[in-house]
Amino acid sequence: MTIVSAIGHGPGNGPASPPPAAQGRRGRSGAYLLLLPGMAYLTLFFVFPVVALLLTSLYAPVPGGDIGQYQPAFEWRNYVVALSSYWPQMLRSFLYALTATVAAFLIGYPMAYVIAVRARGRPFLQGMLLVLVIAPFFTSFILRTIAWKQILADESFVVAALRAVQLLPPDGRLTATGFAVVCGLTYNFLPFMTLPIYASLERLDPRLVEAGGDLYAGAPTTFLRVTLPLSMPGVVSGTLLTFIPASGDYVNSVLLGNNTTTMIGQVIDSRFFKVADYPSAAALSVVLMAAILLLVSAYVRRSGTEELL
Amino acid sequence: MSGTTATAVTTGVTRRPGAVGPSDPPRRRPSWRLGDAIVPIFAGLAFLYLLVPIAYTVAFSFNQAGRTNLVWRGFTLDNWRNPCGAPQVCEALVNSLKVGGIATVVSTALGTLIALALVRYRFRGRAAANLLIFLPMSTPEVVLGAALLAQFLSLRVNPGFTTVVVAHIMFCISFVVVTVKARVASLDPRLEEAAADLYASSWQAFWRVTFPLLIPGIAAAALLAFSLSFDDFIITNFNSGNFTTFPKFVYVSATRGIPAQANVIGSAMFALALLLVVAVQVVSVARRRRT
Repeated sequence: MTIVSAIGHGPGNGPASPPPAAQGRRGRSGAYLLLLPGMAYLTLFFVFPVVALLLTSLYAPVPGGDIGQYQPAFEWRNYVVALSSYWPQMLRSFLYALTATVAAFLIGYPMAYVIAVRARGRPFLQGMLLVLVIAPFFTSFILRTIAWKQILADESFVVAALRAVQLLPPDGRLTATGFAVVCGLTYNFLPFMTLPIYASLERLDPRLVEAGGDLYAGAPTTFLRVTLPLSMPGVVSGTLLTFIPASGDYVNSVLLGNNTTTMIGQVIDSRFFKVADYPSAAALSVVLMAAILLLVSAYVRRSGTEELL
Repeated sequence: MSGTTATAVTTGVTRRPGAVGPSDPPRRRPSWRLGDAIVPIFAGLAFLYLLVPIAYTVAFSFNQAGRTNLVWRGFTLDNWRNPCGAPQVCEALVNSLKVGGIATVVSTALGTLIALALVRYRFRGRAAANLLIFLPMSTPEVVLGAALLAQFLSLRVNPGFTTVVVAHIMFCISFVVVTVKARVASLDPRLEEAAADLYASSWQAFWRVTFPLLIPGIAAAALLAFSLSFDDFIITNFNSGNFTTFPKFVYVSATRGIPAQANVIGSAMFALALLLVVAVQVVSVARRRRT
């Protein structure tokens, strides 16, 4: 349940869920009636597909059959084969996602801080800054990534400037590198980092920060001992909302990278569509999902946010 | 206001006058001398980082046509005069609007019901219900897409419009639940009790009191669902077969050159959404000032 509560603490989520208002007022059957359609839908189109994915990952080729023909089996070696071929891509995905998450935190926290704390009491400014944060959502994700491709392209002003100040060698490039992929991932998921942190900081009682000052703590100490710990729920949900989609993404690595920056999503996609190797694609998906659930629950437990929530 | 001015004077911190709303408790800010300048400058750069690619997208919607739209050739309004000029662009857009419309209506309805149940009732299986809501959100899109495709393949369903709609409803539900839940949780239960005291049946109390108060939350959830659906690429790519949505069209044409018309549509959607949000913002700030 800890993963659940951490992610549930998204933007705009009210203060830690209050006890239900009308306990059992209309009886339990009412609850089940309300839940039934949605839960049935999620069972049919989330739970069953995940089970189908697990089963597919154990399929074996039909003997003497065509490419793409498989039959139910218990071929656990699919996992061994898939992982031994694609562990570098798997590892790279987690590494890129982690780097992008850290970068998004370093960029997103000051943004959230300025909106929530510095602009406090100025609703119009606050609203406009928030609109700027969510503005990327209004243009297509793919179009924005292609814009990055143009910005980082060899003939762009960014590359020219970096070459001029010798941060980049004269023949150095940004496009088709791991750097470009991480840059794109950071960019694309930045609002998911900023908004939950903003929501946490918004709720922070300014009097607590003031109390830190009254107790002769300097500003950095007050920040590290008061503000940052109190914004942890936002930080945790922000990092999860960035890390999870980033680790499975392949749009950035396809559009901004090259064949040395391949991420696992790309492999799963091409196993499915280019070679119709469904079992290995399914096995890789199952491993990705399991690894993320493990990482996330360890992270949530370690950061101790279940107590804060 | 006078309270804050007084504290500002006593602590020797200068601040912009008239900045604090009447409801704010008097407070003073710890003096971040260095940070005072650095944090906003850094945040300003971050905002720039966020907006530069959008500016690029808009700028290149005015680029003169060529085989690709990666290099600037000169300003023209032709693309805006003829947004459907490139093959398939508008077809893909219409497909995306259709999918987004259906997915929004269905996922908002299902998600709102779940949110009401989760906040208003204690019942057995609550933990399981919560888990089922949040697992799709904590699963990468590529896994969701692959899982649905595995199911459709084993059921021998041909991917197309219907499978895309089914997939979009699925991943939108959880986001609707989370958004509406926050609104339901913030409602004052005494309002419904007051309605009951005034002899309203629970059905009347819901439709006359609770539901109108939930509308902003439901509208926010619907907007979120639509934007998630409209912008989705990975799950769509797995489950669409030959059916093309707008993001898929852009992605597929990336290798042979994206027509400037795609940028026109992207920029127009951006402008529409921005106008909508800014209008809502202006109205709500004005309303808050009045009260």
